[in-house]
Amino acid sequence: MANTVIELDHLAKEFGDETVLKDINMTLNQGEIIGLIGPSGAGKSTVIKVTLGMEVASGGSAKVFDTVMPNRELLGRIGYMAQTDALYDALSGRENLKFYGVMKGIAKQDMAKEVEHAAKVVDLTGDLDKRVAGYSGGMKRRLSLAIALLGGPELLILDEPTVGIDPALRRQIWKELGRIRDEGRSILITTHVMDEAELCDRVALLLGGKVMAFDKPASLETQYQVGTVEDVFLKAEGVES
Amino acid sequence: MRTIAIMNRVLKELFRDKRTLALMFVAPILVMLLMSVIFNTNSTTDVNVGTVAVTQKLNKEMGSLKHVNVKTYGTKRAAKKALSNEKIDAIIKKNGNNYSLTYANTDSTKTAAVKMAFKNGLTATSISQLKAALKKSTTGMVKLRVQLQAMQKQQAAANTMTKSTAATAAAKQAVATKSTSTNNSTKSTSQATPKITNHYVYGDKDTGYFAKMLPILMGFFVFFFVFLISGMALLKERTTGTLNRLLATPVKRSAIVFGYMLSYGILAVIQTIVIVLVTVWLLGIEVVGNMASVVVVNLVLALVALAFGILLSTFANSEFQMMQFITLVVIPQIFFSGIIPLDSMADWVRDISYIVPLKYSGDAVNDIIMRGTSIFDEGGNLLVLLAFLVVLTFLNVVGLKRYRKV
Repeated sequence: MANTVIELDHLAKEFGDETVLKDINMTLNQGEIIGLIGPSGAGKSTVIKVTLGMEVASGGSAKVFDTVMPNRELLGRIGYMAQTDALYDALSGRENLKFYGVMKGIAKQDMAKEVEHAAKVVDLTGDLDKRVAGYSGGMKRRLSLAIALLGGPELLILDEPTVGIDPALRRQIWKELGRIRDEGRSILITTHVMDEAELCDRVALLLGGKVMAFDKPASLETQYQVGTVEDVFLKAEGVES
Repeated sequence: MRTIAIMNRVLKELFRDKRTLALMFVAPILVMLLMSVIFNTNSTTDVNVGTVAVTQKLNKEMGSLKHVNVKTYGTKRAAKKALSNEKIDAIIKKNGNNYSLTYANTDSTKTAAVKMAFKNGLTATSISQLKAALKKSTTGMVKLRVQLQAMQKQQAAANTMTKSTAATAAAKQAVATKSTSTNNSTKSTSQATPKITNHYVYGDKDTGYFAKMLPILMGFFVFFFVFLISGMALLKERTTGTLNRLLATPVKRSAIVFGYMLSYGILAVIQTIVIVLVTVWLLGIEVVGNMASVVVVNLVLALVALAFGILLSTFANSEFQMMQFITLVVIPQIFFSGIIPLDSMADWVRDISYIVPLKYSGDAVNDIIMRGTSIFDEGGNLLVLLAFLVVLTFLNVVGLKRYRKV
């Protein structure tokens, strides 16, 4: 198979007395979209934080591009979108993009092109010069995604990217994500929307700090003898449907 | 590069927040204007001085001054009663040759006015006394000379006679007595510089005056606003998630801290210049030293405030909690900054003042504004401020590790 982009090996994370991640084993290969699903509080965001090097693993290891995280330089190759929009309200959309672009280390001559492209993908080109304070919730979400797409990173880590985005645009975004994958880039995505999980190459079901299941959506459905990923989710959680 | 980008972004955000900007620049000016108006109004009020056993001459001299009314009291007791009833602002009592002055001192400008009036009155009286004494001694001299001449004549007459010794002795004695009387008159003029003792019903001679407060106030405003706004800014950055996102890029932690320092440094420079110009031109405060030095000291103070604000914002979970730090961090600084004289405080209280940044900037700016000290002679104060800055900045860069481990 292709190169391994993310490798989580017996990853454990404790915050004080509280154990959030017990034993996470997961790999993300180049040119693959992996969906991270699980109920609220399952530790999805913690997995992302450790992968990004915001937190240090208490046990096991998290490797990105064969390098143990945390590693600051490596962050330039990762596009990250958080659950919160994390935008500067006083600035316009373009200024937000440019600022994060500089932070990511995009060269000055490429900046305008990158900004235009990222804005086009999320359909914000016409609103780029408005202040973010005047954006709707969906527009903010799109701008946040555009920031993650800036500079064409080899790895995208998206924390619930499609919350508050209307279906038409969501479809467009997934089309773009598919295109990114086909370019040989990789995506780790968390989601609560189960039909999005179906679109992933592989799905990791996170429950109680462990990966309960990690396979192709279709294989999971056969494994749990249900018709959809949603039912897999519910069955794994022990909810009778 | 990234530092500059962060600086640009913070400045852009700041300059778009018109209300905060207005607050930073207008509020200090407004407060200082108000204070100066209040203080200056007092300085033109009339003062009432009660005198006990003071010469008519001195009473007249003081009464002839503008804004000074003199009331004479028979006893000290009556005067004291008037003082406690706020009928008079001060008592001047003469004890033999010395003066004892008691001030109500509830208003330092009045105390100063009384002191001035008394000094002027005393000088005027002693000058006329001196004149009188001089006149007396000159007439004495003239008399003496006449007598001497008369005696010489007598002597010459006596010399022709053989029994002259008794007469000479008598003449010598006469000269001696006359010269002692001259001595006495000169002595009385030298005694005209009397001992003056000052008593204050409230406070002491250092009790609050605007000139002393001003440099500290200036520093206080700079500290207060930079502390609050920068703390809030970083707190907002943390709560909206932008800090996390920023740290998810390869940006160095130090670049974030320095970016903030640069932007707020620029803001602090502008703010200090505005405040200094307002105080100098609008309020008519005299700056003896170099104005640029005042700006430099306040700039360093602003950076300390910034580092303080950023550091403390990590301990706050909301804007409201950040506000609570004002009572803990900002307000106590006023007490130790030198507005209230530290010499009269207990040793341990004075020790606290050594950890207060505002004290060092206050001392330095005070020296520059009032004594014209060069900034290079304020090395000690500046060094301490810089030490604060370095330590706090280091703590901030390390503190950001909380949000990203590298």
